[in-house]
Amino acid sequence: MGSLSERITIQMSNVLSHLSDEQIAEIENHSKAARRKKRWHDFLEMVGNHSLLIALSTIFIMPLYLVIVISLMNKGQAETRSIWPSPFMWSNYVDVFTLVPFLKWTLNTLFVSVMGTIGVVVSSVPPAYVLSRLQWKGRNTTFVVILGTMMLPGQVTMIPVYIIFSKLHWIPSFLPLIVPTFFSSAFSIFLLRQFFTSIPDEISDAARIDGCSEFKLMMRIVVPLAKPAIAAIALFAFLGSWNDFFGPLLYLVENEDLWTLGIGLNAFQGIHHVQTNMMMTASALFMAPVIVIFFFSQKVFIEGVTLTGVKG
Amino acid sequence: MQLTKAMASLSPRKRGEGALAPARKKLKVPYIFIFLCMSPWLFGILFFTAYPMITSFYQSFTKFNLIDSPEWVGLDNFHRMFFEDSDFWLALKNTVWISAISIPLRITFAMFTAWVLTKPKRGSSIYRTIFFLPSMVPTVAASMVFTYIFNPAYGPINRGLEAIGIDEPPFWFMDPKWSKWGLILLGLWGIGDTMIIYLAGLLDVPKSLYEAASLEGASPWQSFRYVTLPMMTPVIFFSFVTGVIGSFQYFTQAYVASGQVNDYSHAMYFYATHIYYTAFRAYEMGYASALAWVLLVITLICTLIILKTQKRWVHYPNGSLFK
Repeated sequence: MGSLSERITIQMSNVLSHLSDEQIAEIENHSKAARRKKRWHDFLEMVGNHSLLIALSTIFIMPLYLVIVISLMNKGQAETRSIWPSPFMWSNYVDVFTLVPFLKWTLNTLFVSVMGTIGVVVSSVPPAYVLSRLQWKGRNTTFVVILGTMMLPGQVTMIPVYIIFSKLHWIPSFLPLIVPTFFSSAFSIFLLRQFFTSIPDEISDAARIDGCSEFKLMMRIVVPLAKPAIAAIALFAFLGSWNDFFGPLLYLVENEDLWTLGIGLNAFQGIHHVQTNMMMTASALFMAPVIVIFFFSQKVFIEGVTLTGVKG
Repeated sequence: MQLTKAMASLSPRKRGEGALAPARKKLKVPYIFIFLCMSPWLFGILFFTAYPMITSFYQSFTKFNLIDSPEWVGLDNFHRMFFEDSDFWLALKNTVWISAISIPLRITFAMFTAWVLTKPKRGSSIYRTIFFLPSMVPTVAASMVFTYIFNPAYGPINRGLEAIGIDEPPFWFMDPKWSKWGLILLGLWGIGDTMIIYLAGLLDVPKSLYEAASLEGASPWQSFRYVTLPMMTPVIFFSFVTGVIGSFQYFTQAYVASGQVNDYSHAMYFYATHIYYTAFRAYEMGYASALAWVLLVITLICTLIILKTQKRWVHYPNGSLFK
């Protein structure tokens, strides 16, 4: 790149040396005008780009804005297509906890999500470690099988798995949502393996020659170095269960005490005959934690998505 | 610290062994450790993938209601599916329709938003955050919010459309002809995670290629068509495959939306919905397993077709990942 522009400058100066002063002045005037024109052009381009970006941002933000304003309206106003609350019903955010068992739903969701996250992390780090840091027969085949299971539609295994849990009398309970997470997640193994592979082998070799056991090597050296990747899988696992609807729909619906936010919210209309404003208040509260988490961990997130090409 | 200690102890011992000693001793493969580490995955794949797949394959040839033991009926389930079950064809038609529209639309929109983000010199991270944010919203909440704000009577969206001169805006989720478009818009709103992959892809295209193109006098369109697009084909290919696999499992948005608006004409009845109702509302486990296996076969065929065509249009700068 640099050499190209250098060459052009040299050629330009060669040309310039053959010109008279007047001609040079004329060229300089021209280039000044050209530069001014370029600056103007750049400015227009910037205005164009930002207008487009602002327009798109408005579209992306609009539904979120509407949830918040409607969540602050009273019942009557929420059904009038208004886009600004009057009066502001801040009390909605208190009332929603008494209108529906919102606190219980939240605690249930939190419990399932935290347990699920622990399950995924403790059961995915070791397989990812041996798949990336050790050489063994059948390693690549195993990895291909793991990638294959990521592509497998859940519907194919869903019914027999449901039958297993029902024979164990685990339905309705949290167990069918938590126990499987302790048996590794293909996606998390994949993400961790991508990251572990990038840690230089010399580190492990040095520790091994020093008599460090594989387990210690994994826990004391590789895991601390892979903190960002582990944070990413923990985050994806947490959000995956927080946002999950299908699992709770299969395993929790029968017992109202176990409902998660997703199930509760979906049943909202049936319970309370279109209290739209409250529905939006509940939705806003349901979204709030993930949005807060996102703002604090945006980098981890985006790196995780780019590392694997998929989310959760 | 441990690392430096390890390195420090390394050098003198080596020197003592003499020049002929191999530089790096081949370490014994710790198979027990490997087995222990792999065991969560191994048992997981046995209990939650292999065994269920075999069972569900068997059950797809049976009549099974969860209480009585499965009764072998041969190919009856498949005969019923193709010749007697009009809901199967409806669900399949709806699924193919929405996939055919939304997969290309999603790819185009993800590429477009990512491309717009690469344009400004400053401030693009704020826009990136905004574009990404909706993809974080829980699906149930997003679907409920959309059915409400697109509601023709209460929702502000149609008010906005009327304000810009569209006199008779569609009834969206209330109208069987438009409800799928509502779902497509809902999907496009949550494009953020796909967009990030495209953004990473666009930022990976070497600058020198664009410079070469502009020196050759390429117009912006030509440099997009002949530089950006070929370099992006691996990403497009990837999102095409995952899009096809995902679209046959499309469930939550449609389930929540149709629950909100009473979808009497079943315009939002998709393949995964059909499996759900057959298995967990009608408890026809055998027939539902058959439906699931047909889903798997359809997905496999689609994926194989895309894989077959990739040689013709996917361009791998560093060699192919799937040879």
